Amino acid sequence: MAIDTALPQIKGVKDVPYEELFVSGHRTCQGCESALVMRHMVKASGPRTIVLGSTGCMYVANTTYYTTPWVVPWMHTQLGASGSAALGTAAGLKVLMRKGKLKNEKINVIAFCGDGGGADMGLGAISATLTHKEYDCLVLLYDNESYANTDIQLSSMTPYGAVTTFSPSGEKKRLMHTRWKKNVPGMLAAGHPESRYIAAGCAAYAVDLMNKIRRALELGGPTFVHTLDPCPKGWDYHPQYSQELGHLAVECGIWPLYEVVDGVCNLTGPTRQIAEGRKKRKPVIEYLRRQGRFAHFVDEDVEHFQAEVDKMWTDWLIPGVIPFTVPAKDQALLKIDRKPLHEQTKSA
Amino acid sequence: MVVDVKTRETSEVETEQLATGCEAIAEAIRLADVDVMAAYPIRPYDGVMQAAAKLIANGKMDVEYIVADGEHSQFEIVKHACAVGSRVFVGSSGVGWFYAFEAIAVTAGLRLPVVAICGNRALDDPGAFGTEHNDSLAVRDLGWLLPWAETAQEALDLALMAWRVGEDRRVSLPVAIGLDGAFLTHSQHIVKIPTQAAVQRFLPKFDLGDRLLHPDNPITIAPQVDQDWLMEIRRQNDHAMRQALGVIREAHADFKTIFGRGGDSPFLDEFMTEDAEVVVIGQGTLSLPMKVAIRRLRKEGHKVGLVRLKWFRPFPTEEVVRSLGRFKAIGVVDRDYSFGSPFYGGVLYNEIRSALYSQASRPAIVGFIAGLGGREIEQPMATEIFEKTEAAARTGLPAGDVCHWIGVRE
Repeated sequence: MAIDTALPQIKGVKDVPYEELFVSGHRTCQGCESALVMRHMVKASGPRTIVLGSTGCMYVANTTYYTTPWVVPWMHTQLGASGSAALGTAAGLKVLMRKGKLKNEKINVIAFCGDGGGADMGLGAISATLTHKEYDCLVLLYDNESYANTDIQLSSMTPYGAVTTFSPSGEKKRLMHTRWKKNVPGMLAAGHPESRYIAAGCAAYAVDLMNKIRRALELGGPTFVHTLDPCPKGWDYHPQYSQELGHLAVECGIWPLYEVVDGVCNLTGPTRQIAEGRKKRKPVIEYLRRQGRFAHFVDEDVEHFQAEVDKMWTDWLIPGVIPFTVPAKDQALLKIDRKPLHEQTKSA
Repeated sequence: MVVDVKTRETSEVETEQLATGCEAIAEAIRLADVDVMAAYPIRPYDGVMQAAAKLIANGKMDVEYIVADGEHSQFEIVKHACAVGSRVFVGSSGVGWFYAFEAIAVTAGLRLPVVAICGNRALDDPGAFGTEHNDSLAVRDLGWLLPWAETAQEALDLALMAWRVGEDRRVSLPVAIGLDGAFLTHSQHIVKIPTQAAVQRFLPKFDLGDRLLHPDNPITIAPQVDQDWLMEIRRQNDHAMRQALGVIREAHADFKTIFGRGGDSPFLDEFMTEDAEVVVIGQGTLSLPMKVAIRRLRKEGHKVGLVRLKWFRPFPTEEVVRSLGRFKAIGVVDRDYSFGSPFYGGVLYNEIRSALYSQASRPAIVGFIAGLGGREIEQPMATEIFEKTEAAARTGLPAGDVCHWIGVRE
C-alpha cells in the first residue's frame, strides 16, 4: 500500500488527522503545553517521521524506558545537539537513498530542543544546520522559558524579571534577572537567508502551529519553528490556564506569531489582527498578573515590561520580528513602509 | 599530496602510493565506501579531511562531507547518521577531541560503530602541536576501541579493521585509531592500497539490523532508564568489549589471508624479542627510535627488544601477560601522563603493571615518560631508557619512585 506522505495545509480543527503518534506513557506535568506541542508536531508530520529529542523536559519526563509515548521512531540527542542530530540524520538518509542502500522515499526529520538546549547551548549547531540547504530537516524549539526539567533555572529565554531558582526575588534584590529575552526566530530568520521557513507558533493556536510544522516540512531544506509553551510548574499558575496564558502571550503582543517563508514575513493569527488594527493589543499586566513568577513585580517593573513590548510594536522594523530600523533621515532607503500595517495605504 | 610513484599490480589486491598517515586513512575511507563524514579543522588530524575532500572533489568517492561548526557537532552529526544506517568517519586532535567529549561519551553508550581517528596532540594549555596520547587515552574507560598505528600502511589497514570490528554485531562499538601527530599524520611512507574488490571481500556491508532508526522500525533509542536498567546496559557494553578481542582475532586472520599483511599477532608487534632479556613496550611511532637503538645496543652485546602494543582497548591482557612474562625487566614508555597516579607513572605503565600483578613470576617494570608535546626521542634518551631497564633486571627495582621522566630539563 502506498503511503501518502503529502502534507497539505489543515483547513480547520475538523481537518486535523485523527491518528495519534504521541500517545500515553509519558510523565509530563498536568497542563504541560510542551507535551501538547509534541503531540501536534507528529500529528502534523505523520507516521513517516523520525524524531530526535534533545535533553530537557521532553526527554526526561517524556521518554521512560518501556513506556515510550512515541509511535514514530525516536532517538535521544544531547542538550546542545538538536541541530547536529537533524543534520546528521538527514544527511544519512539522503546518502543512503542516493546510493540505493535505503528505499528512496520522503522521511521527515524533526529534532526538538528546549529553550536551554536551543537558545543557549545548541544555538551554534542550529545556526550551522540552517545553512546546510541540501538537507531536509526541521528543528523545533519548545520554549517554556526556563530549564524546567532541572528545577526551573534561568535561561536566556526567561522573560525580564521572572523568578526562577537562579533568579529568586529577595529582600536586597527584587529582580535578579534583568536581561531581555533573546529574539531567536527573528535572529535565525535574519541570519540564515537560505532557510526557506522559520516560524514562531504557540500550541494555544493548534491549527496554526500544525500548519507551520507542515509548511516547514513541505518546503524542505533546513527549517526552524519556535513555540512558546506556558509551563504551570515554572511559571507558577494553575494547570487549567495553560491555553489561556498562551492566548494572552499573543494577545498582549509579547509573543508575536509569524512565519518567514522564502524571505517573506507573514504575521499570523491574532498578531496579524493586532498589526492590522482589527484587534486591540492587551496590556501586559493581564498576562503578568496571572503568573506567580511575576508576583514580586511593582508598578515600575510592569511599566518597564510594557515599554519594552510597546517598542516591539512601534520601533521595530517588523513588529516582533526585526528589532532595529534605520534613522529617520535614511527612511527612504527602506524598501518597506514603516507605518503600522493598519495605517499603510492599501494600494494594489 | 598523494604521489603515484608507481601503479603496479602486485597482485589482485594492491597498488603502491607514497602517502602520509592521513592520506592513507583517506584511501581507506574511499575503499570502505563511507557514507557520511564530518570535518572541523584542528591540526594534525585534519590532514585526513583535506585529503578526503580532494578525493571527493576529484570524483574518486561519494560521501556526504559535512563541514561542522565545532567538534561537538562533528561527532553528533556522524553519530546520528550512523543511527540511520550510514557507515561514518570522523576525527579530531587534542583539545578538539575534548570539545567533542560529550558526543564521544554517548556514542559508546549508544553502541554506534563510529570510526574516528585521533591525531594525537598535546592538550592546551600551554599550546603545543606535537604528539601526546592523553587525548585518545581520555576515552579509555568509555567503551571505544583504541588501536594505535605505527606506519601509514598500518593506519590504512587499521581503518579497514576498525569498520569490520566496530560494525560487527557482536561488538557494535566505536573505534578511535591513534595516529601520532606529525610523526605519522604528516610523514610519507610507501603504502600498499588494496583494490576495492579485495576490500569488499574483507568488509561486509554495514547492517544495524533491528537497531536501525527508520519509520519501518519505529524504535525509541536511549530513553531515560535510571537505576532500573543502567547497570544491565553497562554490562552489555562490558560484554561487547570482551567479545571484541575474539572479533579482532578473526578479522586479523581474514586480513592476513586477503592482503598478506598484519604480523603474527593482532595485538602485539615484537621486534628482536626471541632471546631478549629486557624489552621496552610502547605505542605508535615510538618504535622507530627504539628499533634504531635496539640494533645499535645489540651490536654492543645487549639482549634488548621491543614490544609494540597495537590495541589499547580492548586491552589484550592474555597476550600481554604471555609475552611480557618471559622477560627479566620491562620498560614502559608512556607518551602521556597521569598526574598523581600510582608511582606517578603514565597510563600504559599502570595498565601493564596491573595486567602482570597476578602472575607468579613478575618481571621488574620501570616506567618512563618521554617525548611529550612531540619532543623527539633521540638516541641518548633511548639508551638511557634501556640502561635503566637493564639495571632493574640486574639489581631489582630501587625503593620508591620507579618512574623516570626522560629528556627533561630539571
